[in-house]
Amino acid sequence: MTDEAVVAVGLVKEFGSVKALGGIDLTVKRGQVVGLLGPNGAGKTTVVRILSTLLMPTSGYAKVAGFDVVKNPAEVRREIGLTGQYAAVNEYLTGRENLAMFGALYHLPAKYVREKSAELLESFELTDAADRPAKTYSGGMRRRLDLASSLIAQPSILFLDEPTTGLDPRSRLGMWDVINGLVADGTTVLLTTQYLEEADQLADEIVVIDHGRVIAQGTAETLKDQIGGDRIEISVIDPTRVTDAVDAIRTVSSGEPAVEGLTISAPVSGGSTVLVSAIRALDVQGVEVGDILLRRPTLDDVFLSLTGHAAEEDAAPSDEPKKRGKGRK
Amino acid sequence: MTASVQTRKRPLLGWNISDGVVVSRFSLVQTLRVPELMFFSLVQPVIFVLLFAYVFGGAIPIAGTGASAEDAANIYRNYLMPGIFGQTVAFAAAASTVGMAEAMSTGLIDRFRSLPMASGAVLIGHTFADAARQILVLLVLSITGFLVGWRITGGVWNAVCAYLLLLLFAYSVTWVGASIGLAMPNVETASTAGLVWLFPLTFLSNAFVPLSSMPSWLQPIAAYNPVSTLVLATRELFGNPTGLQPDYWPLNNPTIYTIGSCALVIAIFATLSIRKYTKTTAK
Ligand SMILES: Nc1ncnc2c1ncn2[C@@H]1O[C@H](COP(=O)(O)OP(=O)(O)O)[C@@H](O)[C@H]1O
Ligand SMILES: [Mg+2]
Repeated sequence: MTDEAVVAVGLVKEFGSVKALGGIDLTVKRGQVVGLLGPNGAGKTTVVRILSTLLMPTSGYAKVAGFDVVKNPAEVRREIGLTGQYAAVNEYLTGRENLAMFGALYHLPAKYVREKSAELLESFELTDAADRPAKTYSGGMRRRLDLASSLIAQPSILFLDEPTTGLDPRSRLGMWDVINGLVADGTTVLLTTQYLEEADQLADEIVVIDHGRVIAQGTAETLKDQIGGDRIEISVIDPTRVTDAVDAIRTVSSGEPAVEGLTISAPVSGGSTVLVSAIRALDVQGVEVGDILLRRPTLDDVFLSLTGHAAEEDAAPSDEPKKRGKGRK
Repeated sequence: MTASVQTRKRPLLGWNISDGVVVSRFSLVQTLRVPELMFFSLVQPVIFVLLFAYVFGGAIPIAGTGASAEDAANIYRNYLMPGIFGQTVAFAAAASTVGMAEAMSTGLIDRFRSLPMASGAVLIGHTFADAARQILVLLVLSITGFLVGWRITGGVWNAVCAYLLLLLFAYSVTWVGASIGLAMPNVETASTAGLVWLFPLTFLSNAFVPLSSMPSWLQPIAAYNPVSTLVLATRELFGNPTGLQPDYWPLNNPTIYTIGSCALVIAIFATLSIRKYTKTTAK
């Protein structure tokens, strides 16, 4: 078993005159979760389709589970599960029937498929709906069935193309739990998303692509560091004291403060100790502060600084405090 | 730490057939879930039987039957039924076109193609299910025909052969239909494109009028049309009136010509459509 679950080198894909991919390099280690992050049209689906043997690259090569996707597609297919961007269940069939069909097409024994289906339906909270046509399912349920369908053969490598697009916030959180559960079981995951927050939450490593090219790569933390460190943000209560506040902040900041109305922000280094010094400096000036916080850059900021334009669908409220510590092996 | 699961052994007939059976089984389950669709695919041929039997009955004389005027209508109905059978199974292609275009328009195609299943199985399964649905259609048509005076007089064995020949024809046109469905950009276009060619195909034949009534330049075209030979062979096997045939090889050997055409059509269109399928992704 090779250490790398997915290796792609110089993937180029042209559709006629449209260059969807302009040379993508990508590596996913066994047991790792890599998030492919990019706006609509960046080339995410094209990458996933090449890696899951649905499309041939124009040039470049890719290996999945050690097999070349062009030369040994059959071997690759035995190792992977794919949950594509578009719903891939037969909506006239029940949830259980869908799983039975896909199980049979993976050439799994019927008895195994029955037991595994029941287990998947149970863990994805679909047991009550198992014998209803998928047509009657909500968006979140359908997506879970979709995911369950790609798990019936217990693939070691899973491709998830925008697994939560179109889901309401509650279903999205549910989907995150499900994905984190799979990862805890040792599944290697390559997922794509337009949601910066999602990549941050789920992925060990993030590959940012835009217009068919990798524009940045690394952990969420490294990406954030790449565009500079933390910023301090304060808001003053009395409009006449803004200038004094700026003077106070200048004494602790590593760059020139920016003012917007009653809010002052400035780049800082030194982590949370800066907050203490800032409060002291403001106190010396006698400025009353309404709010003070240390803001870590979000992936929105990363994206904006890397591409010069914002990601189309921004799901993350920009100043949401970041919880880390995903407890993953 | 992900356990790999033991898979089944390669079946005797190969994965294409084995996976195709799985796909068609669930396609037929789907038919049971949407009975409305099946119902309306039955209504059209039944309406045709009633229209032709009562509106045209007797207006189209069948040469060579030596019928008296009062029997003409009844003879025409017996002449007509195999024609309607032939036309109906030909139209199975249209359902296949729409079915295939529908399958391609969802993410299902991507999932199927990412599975370690045989590459021809989805098409084999879909076309097989489309042809299998024709069994019910033929049954309902036969009952309707019986009610308007159609009779099988050629013996049980011959009748079985006639039905099998109709199903073989249905199976071969569903491959043409599937090929069209795969090539269409969306379901709407597919539902039109799936129909247009079927009208000339079925009306430029002996399905409703004897070939001898056609202008002489049209006769050879109609004579080499497999629908004509299918209908003629079916008439002979059911023991229904056939009318007089112009002298063309296919019309002298209708069963052989029909089986040969079906085999050729399946070979060509199965190759074309499976090749296309292996390059298709969800739109
Ligand atoms: N089958 C196709 N034919 C032509 N252009 C395509 C096709 N598939 C994708 N593209 C183009 O390739 C680019 C990347 O598309 P895609 O991989 O779907 O992006 P994403 O999944 O990131 O939204 C887009 O400009 C898209 O229009
Ligand atoms: Mg996409």
